[in-house]
Amino acid sequence: MEGFGAIYIFMLAAFTGYEVISRVPVILHTPLMSGSNFVHGVVLVGAMVVLGEADPADPVQLAIGFVAVFLGAANAAGGYVVTERMLAMFKSKTGGAQ
Amino acid sequence: MSGLIQLAYFGVAVVFILGLKAMSSPVTARKGIVWAGYAMIAATLVTFYTPGMQNYGLMITAIALGGAIAWWSGKVVKMTDMPQMVAIYNGMGGGAAAAIAALEFARGANHGVVASALAVLGALIGSVAFSGSCIAFAKLQGIMTKAWRLPQQNMVNIGLAGLAVVLGLAIIFAGTPPSALVILFFLVALALGAILTSPIGGADMPVVISLLNAFTGLAVGFEGYVLGNPALIVAGIVVGASGTLLTQLMAKAMNRPIRNVIFTPITGAAAGGGEAIEGTMKELSALDAASVMRYASKVVIVPGYGMAVAGAQHKVWEMAQLLEEGGVEVVFAIHPVAGRMPGHMNVLLAEAGVPYDKIFDMEEINSDFPQVDVALVIGANDVVNPVARTDKSSPIYGMPILNVDMAHNVIVVKRGQGAGYSGIENALFFKDNCRMLYGSAQQIIGEVITHVKALEV
Repeated sequence: MEGFGAIYIFMLAAFTGYEVISRVPVILHTPLMSGSNFVHGVVLVGAMVVLGEADPADPVQLAIGFVAVFLGAANAAGGYVVTERMLAMFKSKTGGAQ
Repeated sequence: MSGLIQLAYFGVAVVFILGLKAMSSPVTARKGIVWAGYAMIAATLVTFYTPGMQNYGLMITAIALGGAIAWWSGKVVKMTDMPQMVAIYNGMGGGAAAAIAALEFARGANHGVVASALAVLGALIGSVAFSGSCIAFAKLQGIMTKAWRLPQQNMVNIGLAGLAVVLGLAIIFAGTPPSALVILFFLVALALGAILTSPIGGADMPVVISLLNAFTGLAVGFEGYVLGNPALIVAGIVVGASGTLLTQLMAKAMNRPIRNVIFTPITGAAAGGGEAIEGTMKELSALDAASVMRYASKVVIVPGYGMAVAGAQHKVWEMAQLLEEGGVEVVFAIHPVAGRMPGHMNVLLAEAGVPYDKIFDMEEINSDFPQVDVALVIGANDVVNPVARTDKSSPIYGMPILNVDMAHNVIVVKRGQGAGYSGIENALFFKDNCRMLYGSAQQIIGEVITHVKALEV
């Protein structure tokens, strides 16, 4: 994935992000912030790849890779749990009151 | 195998976008996040099959440990403390992106100038997001109570940012950078995040958290390019863009341009310049408050963070129901940035079971206040400060506020006489139609409830 191909992806993703959330009501802004926080938790995947490619004989590389995976996993898991908890609060009333 | 993995990543990216899209309505929002959760699990599982990977034991330990700690802390955290948890998880994502770059530098993996530049940029933004989010967490959690400002703060920021860029360029052109250079670069980037964030007051914090969230997204996207992983690019950039939009929306709701949030934070010291406020604060008892509200025809409750920290939303809803039984119309008015984040108060009221149709946005209710008998402000401060309308020299001048001062009577529940979160004196408290009801919201509303009940017989 070289040069311009990547720029196209960057641009389209940026427009998508902008469009996707532009109609989110204020009442959902906190869960949305937390939900988008969860989505960038996919950094875990990248962290796994770099740790997987690290030299097993080099403790410095292993340590950095471990930190990367640890933080990525925490981002993903924590982001998911708090978002889900917040959205669960809205669940019971969505049928009737709206 | 590799083709299948790429296909899986593509599917994951699609589900992430649909999941975020589902968040535009409370009806579909929860389903959206659950799909995205499955997609994340799928992405993690297929990554184990990436050809040529090793260090599996360490990898699984890190996932189990990081995942379990975050899962547990996310489960036990109180709803009122959500903003700082969002901040800290976000910081971890930024830290992960920075660590990915650090490992690429340590391995001497050189993918060319463009990739190196994006690696460095991702590392810089990720480090700033990491240390900045840690500071944001410490502030909201109350670990760090003072906003410290360096003399020549903005010059220090610009100097550090410039130094980080120079060191970054040195890394890009070094090919295989010496470790001392890399370490110095990360130290400068981390310091920049901490120093940028530390003078920012609590009122501006939601904007900062949202901005740092967008930063982490960008950092993840850039590292995705370095690793040739489109799932990271798409998810990261989507979050980067949506986070930027969200930040703008919030900044607009507070009438605080993002530039001002970062470079001229509201602090107690900065607030000193405003016009002197005349009058005195007048106290009122729980009994009087109860009778004023019991014999009113319309009461508007304005909940703020003070109510939330006291955990008083259940008591407040109980009081509202009691008043309604007595024939009083009770509604809730919510400022877009009430609580610690936009929409945070809606989450808290939803937790207490307050129905949607009793909750009104600022735009919906602001013109009604002159016909309201009692506006009950519970632990809100800056969002009801009329100075924002009248005093051009005030740092919050121009911020849209709830016009509670126009109600016939205003009752403010507050723990003490101090200024609010932003450190700005509130002109509302000194107005003729305003009375102060001192006490912790939980306990004082409890007293009001007792008196309202007594009035029934």
